[in-house]
Parts: sequence; structure tokens; C-alpha cells
Amino acid sequence: MARRAKLVAQGVAVGLVVLLFILLAWTLLTNEGGDLAAAAARGERPQAPDFTLERLDREGELTLSSLRGKAVVLNVWASWCIPCKDEAPFLEQVWQQNQDRGVVVVGLDAKDFRSDARRFMKSFGLTFPIVYDGPGDTLGGYGVTGFPETFVLDREGNVVEVFAGAVNAKEDRVRLRAAIERALSS
Amino acid sequence: MRLRVLVFAAFALVAGGTAAAAGPPSAADLEAELVCPVCETTLDQSNAPIAQRMKAFIRVRIAAGDSEQEIKDALVDEFGPAVLATPPKSGFGLLAWLLPLAALAVGAIAVGLLIRSWSRRRAPSDDGQPLDPQLERLVDDELARFDG
Repeated sequence: MARRAKLVAQGVAVGLVVLLFILLAWTLLTNEGGDLAAAAARGERPQAPDFTLERLDREGELTLSSLRGKAVVLNVWASWCIPCKDEAPFLEQVWQQNQDRGVVVVGLDAKDFRSDARRFMKSFGLTFPIVYDGPGDTLGGYGVTGFPETFVLDREGNVVEVFAGAVNAKEDRVRLRAAIERALSS
Repeated sequence: MRLRVLVFAAFALVAGGTAAAAGPPSAADLEAELVCPVCETTLDQSNAPIAQRMKAFIRVRIAAGDSEQEIKDALVDEFGPAVLATPPKSGFGLLAWLLPLAALAVGAIAVGLLIRSWSRRRAPSDDGQPLDPQLERLVDDELARFDG
């Protein structure tokens, strides 16, 4: 009886260790965040993680991959983020000036109240598509560590350039426009 | 008479407890049970802008007469289940509550079995056979000599 109990206990212990190992391996294999900015800075064009999220600018959802064929300026923001307020008018300007050229500006509001986000959109007169990710589940895949961050994607959904922080300085705005041209020409 | 007083006191205690449970939820309790989605600490430990906003939301909802569960449900709808400091006692979250109890039970059973196995091993061997008469006589003689 004691021998059988010992065998069962050993089996349970080995099973637990195997389970923990599988969990560790799964976490390591699925963690692809944080590398997009570094890869883009090396001149590579990593694929942007796809998502389907609820829209705040209108009813329904938006899937990122449905925008293939267009250059995408993906801006991660939140209504409580002060630098996001500073860059919002510029992003609206980029959208107004480039939407006819095959450029889509997409706002990704995360870790925020929907009502606050809608108030923000209204106060800054934002007219580009805006999606909502309250829990911030998509941020890990993009390696977002703060707000705001902006990703410029080419027509195939690959990351051309990443901007950590607000696109406010003149040189950042020049860099963003240049990144859009690169994204369009791919 | 004493029994009546005791029964009345018990009734008053139960009634008081029920009234307290039915009262408005406490903002401090809710802030200790909800997590700031940016800094991932409980709201009462955070001064992040979104935490401040969530605290204001909780106070407004309490003033509007919402229950604790309604307020939590509203915040889960905005920020997902990770906003709860303790996992829900249903669905997948139930595992977080049951697994430690199961581990405790398995541990207790394992310890019990081990103790049983050790105590059996250490018990004096008693095969139920009577002592050899010659040996018994020898022991008696020795004991008598010792006593004498």
C-alpha cells in the first residue's frame, strides 16, 4: 500500500514538473513582443501582429489585416495620456492629407474607459478609425511599453518604423512622413 | 429570562449584520479588490492617472446606488477580468481557488500515508508466538536475582 502511494506521489510530482515545463515553453514560444522596434531599427520589416477589435468611431469591428494594400499608421493611445493629446491634431492632419493616397491612420485606444476615449475623439475632432482594447491584450505583441507609440506599416502589414513616445518634435514628424512614403512605395 | 435576553441579542446581531451587508459598497474595499491596468497593483496602491479615474468611477457608481458586483462587472466590461485582484469563483477562475485546496488535500494524504508507513516499519515485531519456556525461566531467574 505504502509502495503504491509512493508511486502515485512520484507520478503526481513528475506530472506537475512536466506541466510547468510545458507552460514555460508555451510562454517563451508565444512571446514575440518587444522585438518589432529593434527589428525595424535594423532595417528589417517584421510582420505586425494581426488583431480584430471593437470600433469606437462607429459600430462593428476592425481587423488590421483587412487593410492590406494600404499603408497604415497605427497609433496606440489613451485619453489619460498627456503626450497623446499633444500629437492627436497632427495625426488627424496626416489622415486628412494622406487618406486619398492609400494611407489609413488607425487609433488603438487601450487601458481606457470607452466613454473617456469617445470624449477625447470628439474634443480633438478625430475622424480616422479608432479601435478599443480596454485590457490592452494586443500591446504585448507589439512590445508597447508606454503611451503613445506609433507603428508605420507597409502595404503587406510589415512594420517599417516605430515611434516610442509622441510624434511632436519637427524631426519626428519629418521621420513619420518619410516612413509613410517608404510604406507606400513597398 | 436569561434565555430570552440571549435570543434577543443573537437576533439583534444577525439583523445588524444583514443590514450592514445590504448597505452601499465601500470604496476602500473596492479599491483593494481591483487592479490598475497600467501599473498592475491594486487601486489603493496606485496613483496612476487611469487608477485615479477608476477611483472616481467607483465613487460615482456608489453614489448612483450600484452594488459591489455591478461596479465590478462594469469595470470588467471595460478592462477585462484581469482588473479583479482575486479571480472569479466561476469558470476558469474557479481553478485558482480549487487548486490550492486540492494541493493541500493531496499533501495531507501524502503526509498521512508516509506517517502510517513509518509507524508500521518502526513497530516492534510481534508475531504472536509464546516465549520459549526455557528463555522465560531464564528471564524470571534474572529478574528474581535483580530484585533480591
